[in-house]
Amino acid sequence: MIFVTIGMQLGFDRLIEAMDRLAPDLNIPITAQIGKGIYQPQNMSVRRNIAPGEFEDLVQYAQLVVSHAGIGTVLTAQRFQTPIVLFPRRAELGEHRNDHQLATVRQLRGRDGITVAETETDLTKAIIKTLAISPRETKSSSVSLSLLKTIANFIETGRV
Amino acid sequence: MKKVLAVASAGGHWEQLMMLRPAFDPHDTHYVTTLLESAELHGIQGASVLPDCNLNEPVRAAHCLLSTIRLVIRHRPDVVISTGAAPGFFCILIGRMIGAKTLWIDSVANAEKLSLSGRLAARVSDQCLTQWKHLAGDPGPVFAGSIL
Repeated sequence: MIFVTIGMQLGFDRLIEAMDRLAPDLNIPITAQIGKGIYQPQNMSVRRNIAPGEFEDLVQYAQLVVSHAGIGTVLTAQRFQTPIVLFPRRAELGEHRNDHQLATVRQLRGRDGITVAETETDLTKAIIKTLAISPRETKSSSVSLSLLKTIANFIETGRV
Repeated sequence: MKKVLAVASAGGHWEQLMMLRPAFDPHDTHYVTTLLESAELHGIQGASVLPDCNLNEPVRAAHCLLSTIRLVIRHRPDVVISTGAAPGFFCILIGRMIGAKTLWIDSVANAEKLSLSGRLAARVSDQCLTQWKHLAGDPGPVFAGSIL
């Protein structure tokens, strides 16, 4: 199963439409969380919103997650070692308030288990490539020890 | 042991806060989020819930701010820590006003500049951390590592 998700805040029809066009060729069931989007997919199982518990289940059991570049979805995918393809929102297309998702993907590009696609053509390639590589090869991310120590120290002393 | 208020909106902010739990565990930590189920999924019972908002929506933000004032005054924390977003900023703001030590940890999603909440929090919090080395500065946020 491929799990497509666009987050809790805003619709993202550009990604949903692209996935719906691609779905018939992939030969794998797709569940898409479409939020406030207007486009009605024909080739995918659709949910508007998904409660956090079921969201985690879907990320865990998916062979691949395709998502907007939301850091919550990235972290959840890494926690369950599910490969993820990121398709960033763009402010100029009215898809978000600013372009921080483009900045996010610039930094995440090349990390284990993460592929970035900025166009529909890239998206198709990234999905086919990632599905071919599965089973999973991603490593879960680890919190930097210095960050934890800095926070622990702040709680004790009020300074970093 | 300190009384810590640890705050994050449901979603990416909350996932990051949860990765930092080892730093909170030794203390009397009360968690605050915007969706109760997010807390329960990580095994946290009794978390407080603030109405979600962002700083572009004044009415919702005002509603959230009022709830924040009640929450922070009721808990009287020694320390307030947030990974964002707007409700976390409000907790930092009110926490600072009642004399708590306040720490803002800007989301790792902000790789090119601090979030709007982060830029405001940088002004009012005692300390501000960025998770990207190239965004650190003196004066400015401190880089001490990242959750990625």
